[in-house]
Amino acid sequence: MAFVSSGYNPDKPMENRITDIGPRKYDEFYPEVIAKNKGKWLYHEILDPGVLVHVSETGDEVYTVRVGGARLMSVTHIREICEIADKHCGGHVRFTTRNNIEFMVDNKEKLEPLKNDLKNRKFNGGSLKFPIGGTGAGITNIIHTQGWIHCHTPATDASGTVKAAMDVLYDDFTSMRLPAHLRVSMACCLNMCGAVHCSDIAILGYHRKPPMLDHEYLDKMCEIPLAVSACPTAAIKPAKVKLANGKEVKSVVIKNERCMFCGNCYTMCPSMPLADDVGDGIVLMAGGKVSNRISAPKFSKVVVAFIPNEMPRWPTMTDTIKRMVDVYAKGANKYERFGEWAERIGWERFFDICELDFTHHLIDDFRDPAYYTWRQTSQFKF
Amino acid sequence: MAKHETPLLDQLESGPWPSFVSDLKQEAESRAKNEKNMEYQIPVDAVDDLLGVLELSYKHGRTHWKHGGIVGVFGYGGGVIGRYCDQPEMFPGVAHFHTMRVNQPAGKFYTTEYLNNLCDLWEFRGSGITNMHGSTGDIILIGTETRQLEEVFYELTHTYNQDLGGSGSNLRTPADCIGQARCEYACYDTQAICHELTQEYQDELHRPAFPYKFKFKFDGCPNCCVASIARSDMSYIGTWRDEIRIDAEAVKGYVGGEIPSNAGAHSGRDWGPFDIQKEVIDLCPTGCMIYENDELKINNKECTRCMHCINVMPRALRIGNDRGCSILVGAKAPILDGAQMGSLLVPFIKVEEPYDEIKEVIENVWDWWMEEGKNRERLGELIKRQGFQKLLEMTNIKAVPQHVQEPRSNPYIFWREDEVEGGWERDVVEYRKHHQR
Repeated sequence: MAFVSSGYNPDKPMENRITDIGPRKYDEFYPEVIAKNKGKWLYHEILDPGVLVHVSETGDEVYTVRVGGARLMSVTHIREICEIADKHCGGHVRFTTRNNIEFMVDNKEKLEPLKNDLKNRKFNGGSLKFPIGGTGAGITNIIHTQGWIHCHTPATDASGTVKAAMDVLYDDFTSMRLPAHLRVSMACCLNMCGAVHCSDIAILGYHRKPPMLDHEYLDKMCEIPLAVSACPTAAIKPAKVKLANGKEVKSVVIKNERCMFCGNCYTMCPSMPLADDVGDGIVLMAGGKVSNRISAPKFSKVVVAFIPNEMPRWPTMTDTIKRMVDVYAKGANKYERFGEWAERIGWERFFDICELDFTHHLIDDFRDPAYYTWRQTSQFKF
Repeated sequence: MAKHETPLLDQLESGPWPSFVSDLKQEAESRAKNEKNMEYQIPVDAVDDLLGVLELSYKHGRTHWKHGGIVGVFGYGGGVIGRYCDQPEMFPGVAHFHTMRVNQPAGKFYTTEYLNNLCDLWEFRGSGITNMHGSTGDIILIGTETRQLEEVFYELTHTYNQDLGGSGSNLRTPADCIGQARCEYACYDTQAICHELTQEYQDELHRPAFPYKFKFKFDGCPNCCVASIARSDMSYIGTWRDEIRIDAEAVKGYVGGEIPSNAGAHSGRDWGPFDIQKEVIDLCPTGCMIYENDELKINNKECTRCMHCINVMPRALRIGNDRGCSILVGAKAPILDGAQMGSLLVPFIKVEEPYDEIKEVIENVWDWWMEEGKNRERLGELIKRQGFQKLLEMTNIKAVPQHVQEPRSNPYIFWREDEVEGGWERDVVEYRKHHQR
């Protein structure tokens, strides 16, 4: 392959340089019906799972078909999205915060041809390219992080756990039978670049072995004081270490029993890797929300301390999630979010009916907030 | 013929949900065929090797990407994430495989022309693999070599009028909900302010000068579709301070069952006929509504704008007219000191161009955090360390009961000397005249 220049001159990087221009302006991309009716919308209705109509005070309507997408997407797939948008939507398309794709048309007549087109497209492996759904009292797409496809700190894969979970939860993506909407999120390590800590159900990758120490390279690769100060539990201290060849080097030692496996030291120092096939796996959290509707936003709580990584489909994880969703669907009142339901029935009852083991790992022992989670009343259920 | 056997990944091709494995395979095949006869600028088998290295991770249960790598484009301290494979001999196509973050347009509307151009560029100069979108909101271009970074940046800025997003200890790419573009609940124009602040703070976005990352997110209403309250250092949540607008006829429509409640969101199950008392009045968290003699009344003074009644009856109830936003600060995920939710700093502020009042709040917060924040300390952690009172002092905002869930339950008040009459200097000799040792 021959190098083709864009016009950039590496010898004069500042020549004709353009910087700080920011993103393209949003309104360049609005479909006509959106540009015309922005700020004038009166109400909306979900006609079918994944199909919405918004009605404007001008009398205009916009029909939206929402489809799921793997957020990991090739240019071939994006071009297919564009082809559909050109054919049906006048060359416009939108993505949602939860990695769904929205196709919009300004006329009801255009809806069925669009839906039929979307329904008929499948990947060679047999999965749907554009499943329609993700609205109302159901489960929408799982937001997630990179995982093993492109990240250096994950404790599990992201795309794979999400694909496995969404296959199991698919019926609730395409229907609206739940008491309220249910948001599932996935983060492949505690850094949570996809903030999952306020989700109805959160899948979290977690390490369980303290970092290994690559003494020979540690001082060459890392700033030791930064590695030491990165530790939230002060488990790391500087030390002189004798290598097998007798050479003494500057390095660190770790008080293993203090390690909470956050990986923050590894972020600062590549000579302290944590990843391990047996040590790493999944934590399940539940009961969080971000909406202010009825009750205040809540953090998700840890309900399963550890599930091993079971590639490629994580069956223990998906079974557990499916069981929680089904018990919730059966037991919660209309409008009750997962966490509101668990609080109403009591967490002791939650573990009971979801058939989840309660172990000592689930009692908070991390700093002051822990105290506020212990039971300080004689009221509880047997 | 695939370059690597992927028996584990192949099992993720079945099932209804779109398979990323099938998509990666179609891209690998497209590159191998090269029907457009392209002069690929990174190895043609990059996606084959990406599948190969991912399969190896599925076999080993561990990632095969090395830690970090300082790469970027000249003059910027963010927008590019260095990434190297730890098995470069086995997978040379992804040996150097850096990520570029492209600042998405507010609201994430696109024209196909724009997306097709981006695809052409990324197929030519990168792997052709993306995230639409990354967690923070950017378009993520996954995988190119160091030499291509400047080339991609040059083409983005020169041909497509498009800049990179943030990474590192910068302002991260701001993100918003769909807002007034297609939502009747939006209390302000999320796209307008998201774009304006992104442009205003380009320097902060591209050049790391902060203790750590800083995120803005814009939610048009308290439903919080972009989760700003949970994941942004500064969260803007649309709200109003007058009255919910009531269409009495439409209320009757809901009660009579002519209009589907919840905009149809619960139509997948038979929940019985709509019951306004049970489903709206009794669930109102403040009990500020009554329904009697076929009339709905709201005591708006007691309403906390939770959106429930509006969500249930969107054709009958609408957000008020005196709109703006609440600003909450300090949300973050658990690393390091535990997760934090945003805390209310500004109960109500108008959201109107040129947003000077809002910028003043932002810049006061930044001045304090840049002065006092430790390396890698998020704003929320600084607020915890120095106290919410300090935050109010540094932003010149007066304490009001809205700032707290409840007042403190300990009396350990750190009175300042100037708050106590006569100050703290006293004469112990004088004191002893009246009090023996």
